[in-house]
Amino acid sequence: MIAIALGIGFAAVGFGTVFCLIRLALGPDAVDRALALDTLVVNAVALIMLLGIAQATAIHFEAALLIAMLGFVGTVAFCKFMLRGDVIE
Amino acid sequence: MNAPITSLLGEAIVALLLLAGSFFMIVGSFGLLRLPTLMQRLHAPTKATTLGVGGILIASMLYFVFETGRLSVHELLITLFLFLTAPVTAYMLAKAHLHRARAERELPPTGRPVGWATFDPGEGSDRSDDGSRPGR
Repeated sequence: MIAIALGIGFAAVGFGTVFCLIRLALGPDAVDRALALDTLVVNAVALIMLLGIAQATAIHFEAALLIAMLGFVGTVAFCKFMLRGDVIE
Repeated sequence: MNAPITSLLGEAIVALLLLAGSFFMIVGSFGLLRLPTLMQRLHAPTKATTLGVGGILIASMLYFVFETGRLSVHELLITLFLFLTAPVTAYMLAKAHLHRARAERELPPTGRPVGWATFDPGEGSDRSDDGSRPGR
């Protein structure tokens, strides 16, 4: 039962990643692309968590936490750059 | 799956949470792709961040509880971090969008007597009209 749910989950999150990539390529504005990158990071965290369940190891959690943190910092840095033209003033 | 699951009920709960989380993940990304304006697109991925990742993380937590019999709470760390940072990210993206769209004069009307809050400060605010702080 869990194997079927994991397969559906991998497929759904994979399609979500593809949608984010399409928005990243289309995105009419730079803010759209920053938002697509942020959602891409969230999808990556979900994929890593699904991989952790599929392999039944707890070794991937640090990677997921690191990717979530770097995604947040990257998005905020992008927004600061778009707002002020500089990341650290 | 080589890991034994002790109870059928636990397996059903984990599978249900996985399905719910995956559903919200794909709904959030689909909304990001299909919604027409950026303010509406900003709304969709919050579902993926909170409900989608939250569901998958709770499923992972319960899975390790049912598999090893011990409670592992460090998945909650990721959930807490994402819940804390999602509003900050959305705020920063919305403000960047407002300031960039204002330069191109394409902001929609607010529908209220006051303008957008980042440009039209209320009474008692010491901020100047262009959203920058005095002294800058």
